[in-house]
Amino acid sequence: MSIFEYNGSALVAMVGKNCFAIASDRRLGVQLQTIATDFQRISKIHDRLFLGLSGLATDAQTLYQRLVFRHKLYQLREERDMKPETFANLVSAILYEKRFGPYFCQPVIAGLGDEDKPFICTMDSIGAKELAKDFVVAGTASESLYGACESMFKQDMEPEDLFETVSQALLSSVDRDCLSGWGGHVYVVTPTEVKERILKGRMD
Amino acid sequence: MECVFGLVGNDFAVVAADTSAVHSILVHKSNEDKIMILDSHKLIAASGESGDRVQFTEYIQKNVALYQFRNGIPLTTAAAANFTRGELATALRKNPYFVNILLAGYDKETGPSLYYIDYIATLHKVDKGAFGYGSYFSLAMMDRHYHSGMTVEEAIELVDKCIVEIRSRLVVAPPNFVIKIVDKEGAREYAWRESVKDAAVASA
Repeated sequence: MSIFEYNGSALVAMVGKNCFAIASDRRLGVQLQTIATDFQRISKIHDRLFLGLSGLATDAQTLYQRLVFRHKLYQLREERDMKPETFANLVSAILYEKRFGPYFCQPVIAGLGDEDKPFICTMDSIGAKELAKDFVVAGTASESLYGACESMFKQDMEPEDLFETVSQALLSSVDRDCLSGWGGHVYVVTPTEVKERILKGRMD
Repeated sequence: MECVFGLVGNDFAVVAADTSAVHSILVHKSNEDKIMILDSHKLIAASGESGDRVQFTEYIQKNVALYQFRNGIPLTTAAAANFTRGELATALRKNPYFVNILLAGYDKETGPSLYYIDYIATLHKVDKGAFGYGSYFSLAMMDRHYHSGMTVEEAIELVDKCIVEIRSRLVVAPPNFVIKIVDKEGAREYAWRESVKDAAVASA
C-alpha cells in the first residue's frame, strides 16, 4: 500500500464570487482500521488563509507546525499577514527542501488575496504548484473529486450555493473511497466572515 | 500480539495493557508492566519493540520530571502528549522508535483526556483507543458499549468485556492484563486480571 494511502484523506477547495470554500473528510485511519472520526485536516493560518493537508497524518502535523512557526515569524517581522500567493511559495519551498526525503503530504491552500480575490492552489509532495481558477482536490479520493467537481462547478457562485456544491461533491466522492469519509468539514470564507460547518454523510 | 487499550470516563481515564514479554515463540515473563506512571496524574501505556518501549517511555518520564523541576509546575496532559509526539517525529527519519502509546491524564482545569500516539508520531485526542491485534476486538466492544460520562464501575465492566473478547478470540491471546486508572486523586494501579501466574522459583 502506498504511504500516501496509509491514513486516508479527501480535500477540496473551490472558488466562488469573492469567496472560497475548503472542505475535508473527517476520517483518521491506519490502513483498514478507523481510529477517529473527528480528525481536523484543515487549519487556519490567518483569517483569510486556510491550509488543508492530505496524505500521511504525522507529516501533515509536522508540516503544519513548521508552517505556523514560519508564518508567526513573518507576522512579527512584517507586521502583517502573509498573502496566499506568498504562503503557497513558502509551502512549495519547504517541501522542495526535503526533495530526497519528502513529507508525504499534498497541501491544498485557499485564501483571499488583494482586493478580496480568492486564491486556491495545490501541490504535490515535493512542492510542484498547481494554480487553478475553479477548484483543486487532493487525497485518496482525488480522482472521484475531480469528476464530481468538474460536473458540479459553476463560475461565480454565491457563498450559500458554493457551500452546497462543495458539500455534494465531497460527500459523493468520499462515498466511493473506503479510506476517506465519516462526515465532512466545510469552511466557507467571505471577506467579512468564516462559516464552519460539519456535514453528516454516510458513516462508513 | 500486544494489546493496549483505554477509554475516558466521567472524571477519570482508564488504560489496560497485556503483561506478556515475548520474543518470537518464547514468553519471557507474563507480569511485565507496560503502563508507566509518568507523573502524579499521567499514565503512559506503551506497546511495541520492548527495548524501544522501555527506553522511550523512561526518556519521556524523565523529561516530564525535569520540566516540573525547572518550572515548578507539572506539564498538562496535552503538553506531555505533544512533547512525546515531537520526540517520536524527530526520531522518525533518523532512528525511529517502534512504540505505540496511549497517554492518559487528568488535569484540574480540563478533566480527563486520552491521547493516541502511534509509532510514526500521529497524535490524536480520543475518547477510546487501542493498539495491536487486540484492537480489532477491544475497539469493537468499546464502539458498542461506550458512552460518554461512564462511571468507574461501568468502565471497568467494559474493560473486562474487552479482555474476555481478546482472550476468547485472539489466537495467541495474552493471558494476563493490568488495569491502571487516573483521576483527580492521581494515577494508580487499579487491578490485575490474571489467568496464568508465573511459576514460583524453586528454592536452592
